[in-house]
Amino acid sequence: MKMNTESNIYTIVYATVLVVIVAVLLAVVNQGLKARQDANARLDQQKQMLVALNQDFSKSDPAALYDSLVRDTLLKDGDKANIIRFEVDGKTKYILRLHGQGLWGGIGGYMALDEDKNTVFGINFNHESETPGLGGEIVTEKFRSQFFGKHIKDAQGNLRSIAVLKAGKIADEGQEQVDAWAGATITSTGVSDMLASNINEYKDFLGTECCKKECCKEQSDCCKEQSDCCKEQSDCCKEQKECCKEQKECCKQEQPCCQQEESGTSENEKED
Amino acid sequence: MALSQKTKEAFLGPLNINNPVLVQILGICSALAVTVQLKPALVMGISVTIIVAMSNVVVSLIRKSIPARIRIIIQLVVVAALVTIVSEVLKAFAYDVAMQLSVYLGLIITNCILMGRLEAFAMTNNVLDSLMDGLGNGFGYAWILVVVAFVRELFGSGKLLGWQVIPDSWYVANGGFYENCGMMLMPAMALVLVGCIIWAHRALNDKENK
Repeated sequence: MKMNTESNIYTIVYATVLVVIVAVLLAVVNQGLKARQDANARLDQQKQMLVALNQDFSKSDPAALYDSLVRDTLLKDGDKANIIRFEVDGKTKYILRLHGQGLWGGIGGYMALDEDKNTVFGINFNHESETPGLGGEIVTEKFRSQFFGKHIKDAQGNLRSIAVLKAGKIADEGQEQVDAWAGATITSTGVSDMLASNINEYKDFLGTECCKKECCKEQSDCCKEQSDCCKEQSDCCKEQKECCKEQKECCKQEQPCCQQEESGTSENEKED
Repeated sequence: MALSQKTKEAFLGPLNINNPVLVQILGICSALAVTVQLKPALVMGISVTIIVAMSNVVVSLIRKSIPARIRIIIQLVVVAALVTIVSEVLKAFAYDVAMQLSVYLGLIITNCILMGRLEAFAMTNNVLDSLMDGLGNGFGYAWILVVVAFVRELFGSGKLLGWQVIPDSWYVANGGFYENCGMMLMPAMALVLVGCIIWAHRALNDKENK
């Protein structure tokens, strides 16, 4: 029996059946391989973090090495933000996950910081589709090693990130810099922007405002002294009280960021 | 069972006389994209070969049942399903390679060689011939990729398959005389190289014809 393969009903049924078969097939393949793919993706991330920690895993099992170094996850916000604490040779290291945009697609990486949350211990970059030989070279040791030992904060403790600049250009004062990869201007700028925006996203953890807490304490101490002296000298007392209030207001404004660090001390200050 | 003349021709033709890249000028876009280094070019060549062969076989198997009005859509569904499966398998068993190929793997779907072979050959020929035609076109595509990638990686980065083959001491940076050719890293050079291969290929074949 010869079927009419040109009729409408045949065409519709044929298309439907084919699509269902293909969909089932793809679903089976996807489910069957998912565990393996996830394991691969996890291992890949662990390897990248080991690279960021300057660990050589060519001779050892990367997963075991990772497990021996990792301590705990301090922040987990989906796939984007991530802070993991490690211990390398008895010293605490923090790894911050980075994500940004290169020329053709996403770029990312892991930055390992020393315990002071300032000095770069190691860094690793990855990219989806940067030009091999140009933007793709950000993954190389030659580019990465420039970052080692750089600082992401200036002398005052403010977050400044690290600039990736063409040879001859000088970063803003207080900001450290590395050389861009020649011929890969947009990827290099992408790395620079990624560092700046990601470091800013992690500012709660990195604690830029810590120094202000000290200032708060000093000011409230000064307030106490002044109010003591107020009792003795009643005339000038009012002026000094005004000044005290102003200083307290300023303290309060700075407190929100201090509170994130230690809520206890700042509440004591309020009672003053 | 000896292979018939037609079957042999289906396999051997695309390797040289009827090469998809050199003669039919198909699949040029991906030839530009993945030939900066040898390794992705090799994997891309193998992936395309597997997918052309498999989709040729599948389409050839169902060719008599396919409604003519939606045949292109059917072919696309077959190719897209195969590409997705290959991509999933690579992610599970060769994660590094899958990451390196990234989007290009998905772009195999749009490779003109596939649609070209399905429409021109698999729709009208039996399964064995279609398999041979697929393999032949896949290898014909792959060897061009490999030749172009060999030249580009060697002169562009001084490496082959990621191994440094040009001694470090030759480089200007280390007091030598040599410098990598940055042009080779640009997609345009792939086009120039393919052009050179086409030129040589035509010149040779014209001589034979005379």
